[in-house]
Amino acid sequence: MPSPPAALLAVGAPRRTAVKRIGSTPYTGVPRVRVAVEQGVGEDSDHLSARVRLLEGFVGRAEISDTAQVALQWLGETAGIRQSLCLIRPEGEQSLVVVGAYGLGSAVTSYSVSLEDWSNPLVSAFNHRKELFFPAPHSSADRKRRPSTPLEDAAFHAVPLSIAGFSEEAFGLLLLGGTPALGPELHWFTTVFSQKLDQLLRQHVMAEGDRRQGRERTLLYNIINAVSDPILLTDTEGRLLIANARALTLFTASEEESEGRRGAVRMNNMLLSSALSSKAIEETGATRRELLLVNPVDGSDLVFELLSTVTEDPRQGSGVVSILRNVTDLRRASEEIEENYRKMRIAEVQARAESDRLNLIIDSVADPIVVTDAGGGTSLMNDPAERLFTIPPDASAIEQRWVQANDAHFSSFIAGMFVSADQRRVGEVLLSDPRTGEPMPVEAIAGKVLSEHGELTAVVTILHDRREALEKAKLYAQLQVAADELERKIQAATADIAQQNELLRRQAIELEQASALKSQFLANMSHEFRTPLNAMLGYTSMLLQGVAGPVEPPVKRQLGRIESNGRHLLTIINEILDISRIEAGRMPLQMATVKVPDLVSEVKAELEPIIMQRKLTVTIDVPRDLQPITSDRQKVKQILLNLLSNSLKFTHHGGVTITARRNVKDKTLTLAVTDTGIGIANADQDRIFEDFRQLDNSPTRAYGGTGLGLSICRRLAQMLDGRISVQSQVGKGSTFTLTLPTKGRK
Amino acid sequence: MSTKSDRPRVLLVDDYPDAREMYTEYLEFSGFEVVEAGNGMEALQRAIDTSPDIILMDLSLPVMDGWEATRRLKADERTASIPVVALTGHALAGISEGAKKAGCDAFVTKPCLPEDLVREIRKILDNPPSHSSTRKARRSGKYAKTS
Repeated sequence: MPSPPAALLAVGAPRRTAVKRIGSTPYTGVPRVRVAVEQGVGEDSDHLSARVRLLEGFVGRAEISDTAQVALQWLGETAGIRQSLCLIRPEGEQSLVVVGAYGLGSAVTSYSVSLEDWSNPLVSAFNHRKELFFPAPHSSADRKRRPSTPLEDAAFHAVPLSIAGFSEEAFGLLLLGGTPALGPELHWFTTVFSQKLDQLLRQHVMAEGDRRQGRERTLLYNIINAVSDPILLTDTEGRLLIANARALTLFTASEEESEGRRGAVRMNNMLLSSALSSKAIEETGATRRELLLVNPVDGSDLVFELLSTVTEDPRQGSGVVSILRNVTDLRRASEEIEENYRKMRIAEVQARAESDRLNLIIDSVADPIVVTDAGGGTSLMNDPAERLFTIPPDASAIEQRWVQANDAHFSSFIAGMFVSADQRRVGEVLLSDPRTGEPMPVEAIAGKVLSEHGELTAVVTILHDRREALEKAKLYAQLQVAADELERKIQAATADIAQQNELLRRQAIELEQASALKSQFLANMSHEFRTPLNAMLGYTSMLLQGVAGPVEPPVKRQLGRIESNGRHLLTIINEILDISRIEAGRMPLQMATVKVPDLVSEVKAELEPIIMQRKLTVTIDVPRDLQPITSDRQKVKQILLNLLSNSLKFTHHGGVTITARRNVKDKTLTLAVTDTGIGIANADQDRIFEDFRQLDNSPTRAYGGTGLGLSICRRLAQMLDGRISVQSQVGKGSTFTLTLPTKGRK
Repeated sequence: MSTKSDRPRVLLVDDYPDAREMYTEYLEFSGFEVVEAGNGMEALQRAIDTSPDIILMDLSLPVMDGWEATRRLKADERTASIPVVALTGHALAGISEGAKKAGCDAFVTKPCLPEDLVREIRKILDNPPSHSSTRKARRSGKYAKTS
């Protein structure tokens, strides 16, 4: 049903690419209206005024829906079309929507025609720009053939809206209620209305395009401003045309900025210009290079990568779009990475060297070393450990078993280490020598290696072969037993010796005392002996001298025997006395300077009676310039007297020679008495110095003497730090040599 | 109190009577006048009483020994100038030294044959020690030991 006219608003802006259309068909609408108005000249004035009214209604209308409403209302009032509908195809859409209605309800606004519905006669009318008439239906079949419209069963015309003369699509459709055929007036209307709508549509599209352009430009600026990298467009001379915010900070400075900043900016501009002019213009396409700029804010160096592209614009000429990518941090990071890599390489080399060294050290250790990782796997072992725990390629079955057993024993030790809280563990593991199967007790010293977080990372175990130690311990124990035994024996022996020593000491004391007593006794006894002997010898002498009267020769001979035996006894007593004095230490030394030549002459002189009696020659071979010696003169003389008298006694033919020589090297003096006497057999040469020793010990011996003389001589020589030796040949003679130090000790 | 004869007078001091008698007999036989003493004390008395030309002094004596007697003789100006010949059976080195210190003028070791003793006496009397040399010891008796 017809409804009061309602103003309909155009919904949605037509989406058409305005630029394109503007570029190809520049719009000039006004002259056409003028032509249309001129076509109306000649009609009646009502028609003219009506047409003017419509045109006036169009003037100033910018909205499509307003214009459509004015137009439809004019149709209703002027052409008597009480129901009408104006449909427009919005830009880019495949449907026709209502922009104006007259005499129809408000529900018409939701009406639309899908242009994809090819069966709809309205679509055909629109597409072919062909007017169609739909009469009121008489049957349901008629209704089906009719399109569904807000006009319902009323008859109507569908008039496409388009610009005549242009091979364009229609842009809208008019539905005009009523049966009358469309007259020339209505054609004028559609023409004018179409033109007006077309103009408005085009204006809308343009406005929309301008808005979109503005939005897009803003968006573009926002985008390029949002980019932290400086972006700029320069002309071929390097002058700045467009720059984003970041670029502005680098390349522009206002008068208020500090001199430093302005300087930095000038510098940056120069650097950029030279970079662009030198390279960018010569080469086409994008180029990349590094550009060093100054940060105007703090003066620090900034390294950029400059990407410049030459753009060709026929209207504005060539320009260069440059994007600067700040690679300062990148460069720094890259340098850092490089440095880190270098450090890492060095560390790696060091670590490898350290590791090699460690391996070398570990391998050079004679004790097996095993490093077990936290998982219980073996991460490292040295050669000695390998011999214990790895099966050699040529191992026999039994050897393999030994190695496996070793591995099992060691694993059990390590497992204990893992569960233990101890940092270190020392234990004994019984392994076997894989080659011989010989039991091999080892001392295992395991230490945990912890990470800095205290996590167990490895266990290092050093195995020490205890066989040698055990063997040593065994030997040591044996040695200890032997040593103890020895010590006991030594202690026993020492005690024994101490006891013996004590005994000996006591015996020595006793002996000494006994000896002293003996010496004293002998000394006293010899004195007591001599007193009566003195009287006996004295009286004998007196008898022989005839003091008591003349003595007959036989008596004289007998008295002579008494006298000689008395003298012999006296000699014995004297010599015993000498020995006992020497032994009792009661014969002190009287050290003095001794002139040896004088001494020898004296000795010879004293024995002169005997020499004369025995008819022997005594030769003295003593250098007159012989240096004096230090000794006990009386004792030397006694020795020499004894030696000479002995020689005289045992020599029957020839003579005796006394020789004195000083031996500078030994600091000694030798006094030798050489005779041509009976001599002494080699076997007897030592015995002659013994006490009471005369070789002929028979009671009727041929030679006098006590047999104590040489014994006393030897004792005296020893007292003087000297010695007496003999060289002799039986039947040829003897040489007795007294050797004395030239400087005897006091 | 005997009057002094032409013969030299010898004071013989010895505690062993047989030795004393033997030497006396021989000294008298050899032309000496002999005065005897049996100990040191007696010797001192006889020396003062008889003023002998020489004194033969055995050193081992009872009552007062020969050393002490000699010291006293030498300390007494009446007897100091009389030569003293020490007689001893102890042939020890220290004894002759001790005798010299005591003031003996000569030293004769016993046993000493009578003729040896006479020879020694004659030697001293023929060459009497001057007062200053009274302390110079004369040695004798060596033949007795070494023969």
